[in-house]
Amino acid sequence: MADQATFADQAMEFMPALYTAALRMTRNAAEAEDLVQETYLKAYRAFGSFQQGTNLKAWLYKILTNTFINAYRSRRRRPEQTEIEDVEDLYLYRRLGGLEGATAGRSAEEEVLDRFTDSDVKEALESLPESFRMTVLLADVEGFSYREIADIMEIPIGTVMSRLHRGRRALQKALLEFGMERGLVGDRD
Amino acid sequence: MGEPVHDECWEAVHRLYHFLDGELTSEKRLEISQHLDSCHPCLEAFDFEADLRQMLAAKCRDHVPESLRDRIAWALRHEQEADPHR
Repeated sequence: MADQATFADQAMEFMPALYTAALRMTRNAAEAEDLVQETYLKAYRAFGSFQQGTNLKAWLYKILTNTFINAYRSRRRRPEQTEIEDVEDLYLYRRLGGLEGATAGRSAEEEVLDRFTDSDVKEALESLPESFRMTVLLADVEGFSYREIADIMEIPIGTVMSRLHRGRRALQKALLEFGMERGLVGDRD
Repeated sequence: MGEPVHDECWEAVHRLYHFLDGELTSEKRLEISQHLDSCHPCLEAFDFEADLRQMLAAKCRDHVPESLRDRIAWALRHEQEADPHR
């Protein structure tokens, strides 16, 4: 049992991470703020059921994800897109010319990564269909394990792995498109 | 070097993300580490994907507006005062 009086002390430090996730999910600053506030209120009220010593960050993410799915998703008119175009492994690396020549030290492909701005990366992630976007965010931005992501999203671990596999490749494709539009990378096809 | 053509390369690329995610058994992990020690093209590809992941995590952060922190602190205080005996 967790004591409500200690909630703020324990939970406030996760606000930047939760706000970042809320922005990626809602793609709207006002909605993201509302979502984070609602998450904190729900978490405060339910804090008695939180098992002290387990992962508080994952517990908060689970509340955030559920709140988003129940409250925000239903407002949308279009049904959720669950299919994405599949591309091959190492998509971005190949397009940047990796595997073509061995180079010493930090490679040209890695230097291209530095040229992407924060907004390129955020927009690329936000371009993914929702279920892929959330899975990739939880793994690559927040570093949750497959097991934790399965618990947060209430999906089987196999679904986590397949969404990550395809979502990450789709993200690479989106990044390459942004990169080409902005002239960061040339079209090698 | 062109495409990874050896079975070992194919296997390494196939398991690349499970490797980076730390989700492999120690046995599989060791197998892939040994392959990377001897296969430069695969090592480069792994390094790129690891860098890409770091880049994603670093460039996907947002600053919490002060007004939101205040709003949440206020809402929690309000909640506590509304029902102090919970």
